[in-house]
Amino acid sequence: MRVTMDLELKDIPGQLVLALRPISELGGNIVSVTHHREKKTPRGLIPVQIAFEIDEARVDTLVSRLKDDGVVIAQIGRDRLRERAVVILVGHIVHSDIRDTIDQIDGTGYAEVNDLAMAMPGIEQYSSARLIISAIGKKELSNAMELLRNIAHEKGLLLIERVKTEVS
Amino acid sequence: MLKKVRILIVGFGVIGRGVARSISEKREFINGKYGIDFELVGIGEREGSIVCEKGIDPMEACMLKSLNEHPHWKEGAKAIDIIKGVDADIVIEATPTNIDTGEPGMSHMMAAFETKKHVVTSNKGPLTVAYTRLKKAAEENDIKFMFEASVGGAMPVLNMVRGTLQANEILGIEGILNGTCNYILTRMMTEGLPYEHVLSEAQELGIAESDPTYDVEGIDTACKLVILANSIFDMDISYKDVSVTGITNITSEALKLAYDDGYVIKLVGEIQNNNKPAVAPHLVPKDHPLAVGGTLNIISIRTDLAGEITVTGKGAGAVETSSSILSDLISIANEIP
Repeated sequence: MRVTMDLELKDIPGQLVLALRPISELGGNIVSVTHHREKKTPRGLIPVQIAFEIDEARVDTLVSRLKDDGVVIAQIGRDRLRERAVVILVGHIVHSDIRDTIDQIDGTGYAEVNDLAMAMPGIEQYSSARLIISAIGKKELSNAMELLRNIAHEKGLLLIERVKTEVS
Repeated sequence: MLKKVRILIVGFGVIGRGVARSISEKREFINGKYGIDFELVGIGEREGSIVCEKGIDPMEACMLKSLNEHPHWKEGAKAIDIIKGVDADIVIEATPTNIDTGEPGMSHMMAAFETKKHVVTSNKGPLTVAYTRLKKAAEENDIKFMFEASVGGAMPVLNMVRGTLQANEILGIEGILNGTCNYILTRMMTEGLPYEHVLSEAQELGIAESDPTYDVEGIDTACKLVILANSIFDMDISYKDVSVTGITNITSEALKLAYDDGYVIKLVGEIQNNNKPAVAPHLVPKDHPLAVGGTLNIISIRTDLAGEITVTGKGAGAVETSSSILSDLISIANEIP
């Protein structure tokens, strides 16, 4: 998952390394570091903002290690569900229990249906829905999509996914 | 000194006539640029054939309402017999596609190989049914077998991969390979009209057949994937190995919901990393190269060295398809001593 932290460091040598080392030691991947040497916090410390990717299970360990090392953590932001996919469903969406479809995705614990927009032109006609699914990582998103493919297949719904290639 | 290359056209429908017309119209250009003169020595059709070893005027044949008005018309003379019997260098096989048996194209091609005639075709039937068998027969007889026109009409795909991209490993292919479906989905989206309405409009315009099954159920796209899979990825698959979903269940509401989030819906054929080839409607971001409208075709080829290469163009039409057929004809003619 993606984590952002606002840290406060003492203005003495070696403090930045002290703050970053545990992240890499716990398998994290640092995405961005901004070090505001010219600013001082009310506590007389130097503000540092970092962003990194790390296994969700290791965040608590990281926080306690940073505290033990005397690093002040002013704020933590956890962007839990950062991978997103849009899909369209066509068919008898409501009658095939849309709630169950959503519950099955939400029930994974690693993915959720964040947004649902539907159009139901008539009782006998097919409904169409746009779902936004978010997951904690790429692998989890791909698992959630596989689950959704199976659900759509079982319920006789047409599932329209995004093309694979990215826009360059 | 002009090199005379004798050709037979088998199947004188839209494509066959288009080729004859282009051969006539481009004659001087091809004479001057390549030193090649294509001489039409025979035309084979279902009810009979025209054979004239001194050469048939291709434009004259095109202008005839029916081929039996031609002075050299022989009622009942079978196409397969003229393929076997007439002295020619290249056979252009342009009979209608039959994806169940591949016939009559299949027998025509085998007869051409056996009598040492090169084959150029736009006919997806035989290529879908028995690609490996045809390729083997062509190789055993040391005969050229080219079919650029079978995938994407005017769009260069097979020859581009074989020629210009030859140093690359092809990792995946993704494309819109059916102009009828692209037209229907584009119109449904821009006009907010239901599928049945746009389909009948397309039929009126001659963009969709009176029986549109082959296009709208994704069968045509699947056949093209079979050809790409076999010829580019060296697979040995047939139609039944492709997972196919067409566009008949797409609603205008689905198109609108997609559009509101920045996507269009296209019928996409794909082959990824040697996975099972698949045809299905997909969401394509509006600013994505694959988001072409109208009847256009497009193909994106993922390679190891060149990255992503995308080609777009007209996927159907007599003149456009004849561009690919003539290109194959010239390639072969250049290699004939």
